[in-house]
Amino acid sequence: MKYAVKRIAMLLCTMVVVSFLTFAAFHMISGSAATAKLGTEATAEAVEALEEAMGLHRPFLVRYGEWLLGFFTGSLGESYQYSMPVAQLVAPKLQVTLCLSIMSFVLIAVLSIPMGVMSARYAGGRLDAVWTACNQVGMAVPSFFIGILISWLCSVVLHWFVHGQFPGFEQNLWGSLYYLIFPAITISIPRIATTSRMLRSTIMSEMQKDYVRTAIARGNDRSAVLWRHVLKNSLVPIVTFLAQGMAEILAGSIVVEQVFGVPGLGRLMVASINNRDLAVVQALVVIMAFWVVLSGTVADIINQRIDPRLSLGEGK
Amino acid sequence: MNKELVLSLDHVTSGYRTGGIFKRGTYQEVLHDLSFDVRHGEILGLVGESGSGKSTLARTILGMVTPDAGEVIHYTKRPQMIFQDPYSSLNPAYNVEWILQEPLRIYGKYDAAERKRRCQEMVERVGLPLECLEARPNELSGGQCQRVSIAQALIQRPRFLIADEPVSALDVTIQAQILDLLRQLRDELDLSYLFISHDLNVVYQLCDRVLVMKKGCIVEQGTVDEIFDHPKEDYTKQLLAAAE
Repeated sequence: MKYAVKRIAMLLCTMVVVSFLTFAAFHMISGSAATAKLGTEATAEAVEALEEAMGLHRPFLVRYGEWLLGFFTGSLGESYQYSMPVAQLVAPKLQVTLCLSIMSFVLIAVLSIPMGVMSARYAGGRLDAVWTACNQVGMAVPSFFIGILISWLCSVVLHWFVHGQFPGFEQNLWGSLYYLIFPAITISIPRIATTSRMLRSTIMSEMQKDYVRTAIARGNDRSAVLWRHVLKNSLVPIVTFLAQGMAEILAGSIVVEQVFGVPGLGRLMVASINNRDLAVVQALVVIMAFWVVLSGTVADIINQRIDPRLSLGEGK
Repeated sequence: MNKELVLSLDHVTSGYRTGGIFKRGTYQEVLHDLSFDVRHGEILGLVGESGSGKSTLARTILGMVTPDAGEVIHYTKRPQMIFQDPYSSLNPAYNVEWILQEPLRIYGKYDAAERKRRCQEMVERVGLPLECLEARPNELSGGQCQRVSIAQALIQRPRFLIADEPVSALDVTIQAQILDLLRQLRDELDLSYLFISHDLNVVYQLCDRVLVMKKGCIVEQGTVDEIFDHPKEDYTKQLLAAAE
């Protein structure tokens, strides 16, 4: 419990640093938001006036402080491009992307663990050989291509969903979730391949250890040894790996959202970067960073539960 | 002493097949035509150099390796085994209580309360404090780990125990304690041991009879006094000379 509290404190520190760096980076890049809004034709006076109105002349730290406070009060500033509050702009898209990420993550966790265990169980056999070949393909093919393939197969050939017609959560919750299954599969295929591959090799090296021999001698059969003894020892690196995958899922979803025409954060992000809509980009970067750091923290807490020897470098 | 048998090996031959898809497998014989008995209440020492087939013999007796010829006859239920390295032979992910109860769970005869009671009794019997039940193997010393291994092997109340180099990974003082414990447990629980070791001094202290193995064959067998004081075979003499 103490460990969890400590880890969460670390998470908060990390987030402060990340938000500061993000803010500083956007402060330093050339080209002000006012120019972006008014266009290059605008007169110097007009730009000056708008900058004054937007509060861009106040000290850097004051603006950072206000912006940081905004995160806790829910006011993330205003989008220059759409002239609406960032929170209102981001929230519906965040729902979609979070939903997509979580679905992909669940798919990865639920499928790769049994697959890794089975392929270690039958290592060297035919099933393992076929699975290894599938893995190689899954890892090698880029996800946007898998996406195109899946939308062609499931939409055009099998008519399981209508490509490009994402219903939206308000209109049709179940329909939206159903639609998201297909991009989620697309995102998860390469990750399932790498995760199950890694689990396989971790299990194979754990199987060489002496406690496995003891477990067999005490009357466990092969699958009990695998599921009860070896898996628990192999899980720590896998949980870490899955959490690291969160960043990749998020990055992957930006691409895959485009392929499937899902109105998530990915599209908004690309559009706001192109339009220099800094308030939106800043908010998105911090939200995504938070999501990734949060999954890392959860992974560490789970790992410590699995194996109490792991703690933040204290003890031995 | 009651001389009924606990184990007989009848012309046991065992080996490994190597090779794969492309080349023809070759056959490596590890145990060659072994016959011996273990009698009730005795500690039978098994000595021999590395690679002489001692560990394969232990695995064959336990049924982890199937003999290619001959027969292993058990006269007792569920022989158990103690392994060499006490640290690595316990699963690091579980605490001692879980480890000790596991054999009882597998054979599912007792409910949770009875398992707990037996587990506590066994911990005391091998001379560990009850607090150890909560500990994980990495929090224990080597000697304590080996006591846990012994407790785990004994929790199903076997009558026959195979100990494969149980003290060779331990300090000399700890060695003596574990040997005392093994001797004491034999008397209390009416056990018989097959004690595998390359350390002749340990065998001399503990065992009643000794088998000398070389390259998968039994070179010589006899009581401790016969083997140590009047060795007949050259190989036994060499071993004894090397140990001094």
